[in-house]
Amino acid sequence: MRLEYFQMIDRVVSLDGDAIVVESRVPEASPVFEGHFPGHPLVPGVLLVETMAQASGWLILGRNNFARMPFLMTVKEAKFRSFVGPDAPLDVSARISHEGSGYTVTEARLTSGGKRIAEAEILLRTMDFPNPELEAAMRATAARIGLPGYAA
Amino acid sequence: MAAETTPTFDRVADIIAENSEVARDSITPDSHVTEDLGIDSLDFLDIVFAIDKAFGIKVPVEKWTQEVNAGEKPADHYFVMKNLATRIDELVAAKAG
Repeated sequence: MRLEYFQMIDRVVSLDGDAIVVESRVPEASPVFEGHFPGHPLVPGVLLVETMAQASGWLILGRNNFARMPFLMTVKEAKFRSFVGPDAPLDVSARISHEGSGYTVTEARLTSGGKRIAEAEILLRTMDFPNPELEAAMRATAARIGLPGYAA
Repeated sequence: MAAETTPTFDRVADIIAENSEVARDSITPDSHVTEDLGIDSLDFLDIVFAIDKAFGIKVPVEKWTQEVNAGEKPADHYFVMKNLATRIDELVAAKAG
């Protein structure tokens, strides 16, 4: 996990039909912690949402075989139950609850060491890739994190 | 004379009012979803999600948009409220069929 580069997912643990499980470890140090908060480093809630959104995005890409790119559209019912600090292990799961026309809805959940941290309902708009560079970069990342079918 | 409302129209109008800043009493059967009610694409997808859930269907917005863009159907056919309600009734009937 590299917070300042928005690389939120370290590894895909499983991708099974309409569900995905991924894992990450919060870095020990990051410029993000210099501001959030001085002397009391915590992963910002928006980055926990981003982590759940990215897990949902990989679920959609794995499911649609990179036919379309998911973009975060709406976050509903987001809850942050506990703090996450440096070096914490994160387990993220997401399940598709609805596939609409041009959008997909997931229920995502984030835990650390078995403890509930955050959850949200996430809507992602699915669109054609805007350019080949983005698709290539996403495929390369898929290989790096071990998305089934795309592992390096 | 105002066009008649239907149960589907009323439910869709309620959904629009709940998922946008449009006042419920400003929504009529002749309202165009974007041109008259001013609903943007983000709100519209939220509304479509709520309609999908409420009616147990998948509103084919992308197909409708393609047909309108290709000139195969006028936008009013899908995006004027009374017609949208009719299209939803058709989708519900097709699913039940």
